[in-house]
Amino acid sequence: MTGIAPALEEIRKAAIAFPKRHFLSVGDLDPVQVGELLDLADGFVALNRQRAKKIDLLKGRTLINLFFEASTRTQSSFELAGKRLGADVVNMSPRASSIIKGETLVDTAVTLNAMRPDILVIRHGSSGAAALLAQKVDCSVINAGDGQHEHPSQALLDALSMRRAFGRVGGLTVAICGDVLHSRVARSNVALLTMLGAHVRLVGPPTLMPTDVARWGVEVHSDLKSGIAGADVVMMLRLQLERMQGALVPSMREYFRLWGLDREKLARAATGVRVMHPGPMNRGVEIDSDVADDLRISLIQDQVEMGVAVRMAILASLAARLENQ
Amino acid sequence: MSARPIAIINARLVDPESGYDGPGALLTMAGKITRVSHKPKLTGLPTGVRVIDAGGDLLCPGLIDLRVKTGEPGSEPKETLKSAARAAAAGGVTSIIVQPDTDPVIDDPAVVDFILRRARDIGLVHVYPAGAATKGCLGLGMAEIGLMREAGCVYVTDADRPIVDSRVMRRLLAYAGALGVLVAHRPADPWLTEGASATEGEFAGRMGLAAEPVAAETIMLERDIALVELTGARLMVDQISAAAPLESLARAKVKGLPVIATCSINHLSFNELDIGDYRTFCKLIPPLRCEDDRLALIDAMASGLVDIVVSAHTPAPPEDKRLPFDEAAAGAIGLETLLPALLTLHHEGRVPLLRLIEAATLAPAKAIGLAAGRLKVGAPADLLLCDIDAPRLIDAEDLISKSKNSAFDGRRLQGRVLMTLVDGRVVYEADTSPKISGRGPPKAGGVSSHASSG
Repeated sequence: MTGIAPALEEIRKAAIAFPKRHFLSVGDLDPVQVGELLDLADGFVALNRQRAKKIDLLKGRTLINLFFEASTRTQSSFELAGKRLGADVVNMSPRASSIIKGETLVDTAVTLNAMRPDILVIRHGSSGAAALLAQKVDCSVINAGDGQHEHPSQALLDALSMRRAFGRVGGLTVAICGDVLHSRVARSNVALLTMLGAHVRLVGPPTLMPTDVARWGVEVHSDLKSGIAGADVVMMLRLQLERMQGALVPSMREYFRLWGLDREKLARAATGVRVMHPGPMNRGVEIDSDVADDLRISLIQDQVEMGVAVRMAILASLAARLENQ
Repeated sequence: MSARPIAIINARLVDPESGYDGPGALLTMAGKITRVSHKPKLTGLPTGVRVIDAGGDLLCPGLIDLRVKTGEPGSEPKETLKSAARAAAAGGVTSIIVQPDTDPVIDDPAVVDFILRRARDIGLVHVYPAGAATKGCLGLGMAEIGLMREAGCVYVTDADRPIVDSRVMRRLLAYAGALGVLVAHRPADPWLTEGASATEGEFAGRMGLAAEPVAAETIMLERDIALVELTGARLMVDQISAAAPLESLARAKVKGLPVIATCSINHLSFNELDIGDYRTFCKLIPPLRCEDDRLALIDAMASGLVDIVVSAHTPAPPEDKRLPFDEAAAGAIGLETLLPALLTLHHEGRVPLLRLIEAATLAPAKAIGLAAGRLKVGAPADLLLCDIDAPRLIDAEDLISKSKNSAFDGRRLQGRVLMTLVDGRVVYEADTSPKISGRGPPKAGGVSSHASSG
């Protein structure tokens, strides 16, 4: 974790070939591979802090960002990651483009596949959409969020942020709070954090918890105060405002009172607690600005920075696999 | 339509009505069963009779499938009445009851008549329409149940759509009951099931799928049972799928209420984990439940608590299935796999053979008042001859249905239809030449036929 960016040759050596052709789920990796990816990402963090950020590791490769759902940070993060590694990057938002009219996801996949991309990054509103796409194309597919299922690159960037803040992930107590039911970020984080040996707690109203969530190998709390007591990391999830309909939670102000994070509630967490949020935040709903903007405790800006580095590591690792073929 | 007389000798007769399972032979003439013998040979056969030596294979009534969807009218690329009838014949199913949620909906005697005329023209298996219980299957106003019955509909249902309004359901039961028309209803609370594509639980939670609790079925079933008690009318519970609603059903039956129930072969064969990596062929209505529910259903099938098994044949073309799980159409085809999937329950020692055959023949015949479903003199010669042991690897591409969305694709099952007769006519005969795909030599004897010298 030095501040000096590694040379291109070092990166080439460090970029272990990705274990699978696609990165669809945290379950595609084992703890050793996660460690290697995070080490590689550390190198990219240093590179990204230099004036000259660009290397030609992915020169000649084409990356397509296929985002069926609107996204600012994930899409720009993958775009920057691709460009800094020298790939040609194309962004497609099928809702705005004509290729999607009347086409199914599979049709779109086949069309894009014919353009011979090397890596396809997909975000889609349906669980399993990335896996479906992966069955129909020759290139590598990265799941950038499929419905309520997984968002594995987010879990990796969260793990990198924690590792850099605490020096380790194993042994940390991490409380993931809020709308777990609808959150792919929560699912990927539970999978990765438990794999790395962290103690995971899920905290939120029972209406926003998946059924039988206690069988995920986590502690479940409906009370935020007990849920974050002694926690090293408090990760707040975004509450979609449309959840106020359909009797999931009664109102924003009640939600904030009971499950919103403010400094008073945070006092119950461990000394040195760090606060995270995958963004975009609803200030005053799940998190108080006072906490979110306090750089001594908030890792939210770090998460965004780590996002680019982790995605560079994923792309470099997938490209290393492509080189071997 | 009169067919040449057929004698089937050296068979293992299984007749659910008499409970007989043993050696026997049988003669058909003019579309009816005219002789049933518990000896392997028949003597004094008339001239011109075709004699089929069954070589010990099983001869039972043809299957009666109360829940079949085709795409006709309205969605013929999925399945036509003709392709469904061919699939049925190949699967040993001699009567299919088609569901009313077509386009247009079967809520009018003219559409009932259309289906029956098409079926007559096709001339393979019996096709009976189920009429819509409410106009357009919308759950609001009652359909013309009396006129549809006169035209030939055999029961009424809104297919997959629950009848939400309890007042409509009450009136429907009372009205149809007075006319002697059976009402079928799939119990599902519309709010708890809204948007769901799986059963609530750890697995669906991890998969990030919108899911419904089993309570959605139990709640609606309890309401329906209360309305049966109120009206005294008969109800057929369509596709009961879990242990908790089975308890409700058992209580209703103990009370002596006129309630019968079906379950689908899919729910007897698969559980929620078969969705696997978002396998849309296993997306069904109701959704696949957990393994404990499946085992409870099998026990209920064995005990007769669940009366009837259906294929729930629901064709869907690739464009409706090759989609993300929550966007994909629900349902699987089943006419050609119903028999081997049932026989698998027998081979696994879970349900007695006689009971399985009853649930697919006599029980549905009784439910809707058909004379078929039994091996007795005077009954329609709707028959099924099959090798119950023949191993099969199901390959959806080999199936006759126009749509290939079989949940059994890639499964190993046992049981092969050798011959299907409808009204004494052979509507399907297996190619008995030795097959490379079939393991082991063909059965000695097999189906051989020769003209009797009389």
